[in-house]
Amino acid sequence: MVKFQLRNINAWFGAVHALKHVTLDIEQKEILSVIGPSNSGKSTFLRMLDRMNEIHPDFKMTGSALFDGADIMRIDRESLRKRVGMVFALPLPLPLSIFDNVAYGVRMHGTRRKKDLSVIVEQALTQAYLWDEVKDRLNESAFKLSGGQQQRLCIARTLAVEPEVILFDEPCSGLDPISTAKVEEAMLKLKETYTIVLVTNNVKQAARVGDRTAFFLSGELIEADKTDKIFTAPSDERTDGYIRGKFG
Amino acid sequence: MKRDPLRTQRIAFFLLLLATLLVVVPVGLIVVIIVQKGFPAISWQFLSDMPRQGMRAGGIFPAIIGTLYLVSGAIIFALPIGLLAAIYLSEYARDNLLTRAIKLAIVNLAGVPSVVYGLFGLALFVVFLKFGASILAGSLTLGIMILPLIITTSREALESVPQSFREVSLSLGASKWQTIRHIVLPNAIPGILTGTILGLGRAAGETAPILFTVAAFYLPQLPRSIFDQAMALPYHLYVISTQVPNVEEKITYGTALVLLTIVLFMNLVAIIIRYRFRKMKKW
Amino acid sequence: MRRIKEFIIEVLIFICGIASIFFVLLIFLFLLKEGFSLFKFIPFGNFLFGKNWYPISEPAQLGILPLICGSLLVTLGAALISIPIGVACAVYITEIAPAKVKDVLKGGIELLAAIPSVVLGFIGMVTLAPWVKKLFGLPTGLSALSGSIMLAFMAMPTIVSIAEDALYSVPKSYKEGALALGATHWQTIWRVMLPAASSGIVAAVMLGIGRVIGETMAVMMITGNSAVIPHSLLQPVRTLTATIAAEMGEAVVGSEHYFALFAIGIVLFVISFVINVTADLFLHRRK
Repeated sequence: MVKFQLRNINAWFGAVHALKHVTLDIEQKEILSVIGPSNSGKSTFLRMLDRMNEIHPDFKMTGSALFDGADIMRIDRESLRKRVGMVFALPLPLPLSIFDNVAYGVRMHGTRRKKDLSVIVEQALTQAYLWDEVKDRLNESAFKLSGGQQQRLCIARTLAVEPEVILFDEPCSGLDPISTAKVEEAMLKLKETYTIVLVTNNVKQAARVGDRTAFFLSGELIEADKTDKIFTAPSDERTDGYIRGKFG
Repeated sequence: MKRDPLRTQRIAFFLLLLATLLVVVPVGLIVVIIVQKGFPAISWQFLSDMPRQGMRAGGIFPAIIGTLYLVSGAIIFALPIGLLAAIYLSEYARDNLLTRAIKLAIVNLAGVPSVVYGLFGLALFVVFLKFGASILAGSLTLGIMILPLIITTSREALESVPQSFREVSLSLGASKWQTIRHIVLPNAIPGILTGTILGLGRAAGETAPILFTVAAFYLPQLPRSIFDQAMALPYHLYVISTQVPNVEEKITYGTALVLLTIVLFMNLVAIIIRYRFRKMKKW
Repeated sequence: MRRIKEFIIEVLIFICGIASIFFVLLIFLFLLKEGFSLFKFIPFGNFLFGKNWYPISEPAQLGILPLICGSLLVTLGAALISIPIGVACAVYITEIAPAKVKDVLKGGIELLAAIPSVVLGFIGMVTLAPWVKKLFGLPTGLSALSGSIMLAFMAMPTIVSIAEDALYSVPKSYKEGALALGATHWQTIWRVMLPAASSGIVAAVMLGIGRVIGETMAVMMITGNSAVIPHSLLQPVRTLTATIAAEMGEAVVGSEHYFALFAIGIVLFVISFVINVTADLFLHRRK
C-alpha cells in the first residue's frame, strides 16, 4: 500500500529552486533511504513530507503530495505532524525532564492524566531502547543524558505520539559508532510498525538499513529503486559515481 | 620634528581616563551626598506618617503609597499589552513594511519626552475621557510610557529561546500557540521579569507624566479609589525642594533618599535576575 | 474548540502588535487636536518666531522663540560637553580599562541612568548651581550653564552605551591589522576604530541629544525660569519642556495659554520624532 504518493513536486525557498519535478511513491512499512551530496534537496524533500518547510516564510511548493490518498495541504497540519514524526540531525531535547520530553507531544494532543502518560512514556522509551537506562531517573533534566541517549530520547518522544511514518534527518551525524549502531538497530525494529524515511550522508548506512534507496542530486530525484539494485547496478551513471565516491 | 607616538598615546590615554572619571566619580558623589544628608531623616515615623505643617514635618507615607499605586497600575496596563506585542514581533511578524512601522513606532514611543506624555495623558484621560486627575489617568499615562521598554526587553527574552526548540515542538504536531505557551514563554520568563522590574523602576521615578494627570500637592487622606488623586514621591520631592520654603534639609534629602532607594533597589533586583538567569541557562 | 480559542488569542496578539503604532498616532492626534486650536487665534509664524512669551498678560503674547533659544542653548552646551567626554569614556571602557574595572565603570554608568531626573534636578539645584554662582560671581547659579552641565551628565549613559556598542562591533580584523602594521594602540583607536564606528557613534550622539531636548524636571529645577532670549550661557533660561511643566498647572483648560502649551508639545514631539528616526537610520545603516 502506498503511504505517500508524490507527483511532480517543485519547491522553492524564495528564488532558489530546491526540488525539481520530484515524483516518487513511498510504500507502507518500508525503510526508504535518501542519499545525495550536500544541497541536493534531501532535507527539503524530507521536510516536505511533514510540512516543516513551511516554517520558512518564503517557502513555496507546487505539485501533488498525497498521504494515504489525501492531499497533505488539505489535511490539518497538526494532525499530519502527529502522524508523520521527525527525528533531527542533532539530539534536541527540550529543556524539560526526561519524562516531560517524551510526554510533550502526547500532552499537546490532549492526553493529560499522569497514569495514561506514564504508560505511554514507558512504552515509547522501551521501543527506543532507552527505558532500562533511564527508568529510575525520569524526573531528571534531559540534558544530563549523553549524546546517544539524547538522540534515543528524541526517538522515544516522536514514537510517543504514535505516528504512522517516522522521518529521520541524518540522525546519526553527531553520534559515535556505538550509538549509531543502536539507532540503526532501533530503526530496523521500528520498520515492523512504521514507515520510515531516512536521509543520510552515510552511503553505507543507507545500504545497511534501507529497503529502497532514492538518490537526489541538485534538487532532482535521479533514481529510486530496491537498495540491492541501486548499490550493485544503478541505472544512472551519476548514481554510480556518487556511490563509489567519485564526487559528493 | 617627529612626535613620539608612544608619548601621544600616554597623553591620550590619560585624558580618556580623566573623562571617564569625570563621568563616574560624580555618580558616586551624588549617592554619597544623598545618603549622608538624607539618612538622618529616615525613621519608621518618616516612612509611615502623614506630612504635617505643610510638608515641613511628619512623614511621606502618602507619597510612598501613591507611588506604589501608580506603579502597579502602570504595569497592569503595560505588561499584558507589551508582552503580547513582543510575542507578535518575535513569533509572528514577517519581514515587511508593517513590521518596520511597528518597530519605528516603538522607537518613537521610547523617545517621546516625558512631559509630552503628561500632555497626552491630560488631553486623553483627564479631559477627553473625563477620568479627571486620578490614579487611573496617571497609571495609564505611565503605562504607555513604559510600554516600549516592556516590549523591547520581552522581545529580547523571547528571541533568545533557541529556534530548535520551536522546531521540535512543531514537528510533534503542536500548534504555534501551544509552542509559545509551553516552550517559548516559560523559558523567557526571567528576561521578561527583568524588563518588568526595570519598567517599574522607571515608572516610579518619573515626574512629568504625573504632573497634570494625578499628582496632588497635599491630600488630607489616602486615595480610596482609582478616580482619586494621589501624592507621589517624585512630585513630592519636586514640590518640597522648589515650592515650599523653609523645609528642613534632611527632610528633602530624606525624600530623595527614599525615592532613590526604591528605584535603585528595583534596578538591582532586575540585574540580579538577569545575571542568575544567564548562569542558569541550560542550553 | 481549541482552534477557536487559539484563533482569538492570535487575533489579540496581532492587535497588541500594532498597538504601538496606534499609540503613537493617538498621541500625535491629541496633541494636534489641542495644539492646532491655538492657530485659530494666532498665526503659526507669530507662535514659532514671536519673541515674547507672556502668556498671562492681556492680551497674551505667545511667541516661543525665547523658549526655542533656551532649549537650543542648553542642548548645545550639553552636547559640547557630553560628546567628547562621552565618546572618550566609551573608548576608555571598551579599549583600555582592565576587565574588573570595566564592570565597575559600566555599573556606575548604569547607576547614573537609573537615577530619576527629579533627584538629579534637586542635587543640581543644591550643589551645582551654587558652585556655578560662586565661580562666575553671578546673581544666581540657576542658568543655562548649570543646566548644560547637568544635562550633559544625564546624556552620558545613552551616549556611552551606544558608542560602546558601536566600538565593540568594529571587526577585530581592523584592529589587529593596524596593530600588526606597527601602529600604537592609540593610533589604532584614533585612525581605524573611531572612523569605523562613526555611524554608530553619530547615532549615539543623536539619541543622547534627543534625551537632552526632552528632559524636563532637571532642567526646570536648574536653569532658572526666565523666558527671554538668552545672550550668554550664564543667564537663566527657559526651555520648551520646562515651560509646559511649569505653566500647565496655571493654564485654564481651553484657554489660549492651554492650547499654546499643547502647540509646544507638538514642536517637541516632532523634534523627537525626527531625531529618533534619523538615529535609527544611522544604526541600521551600519548593519
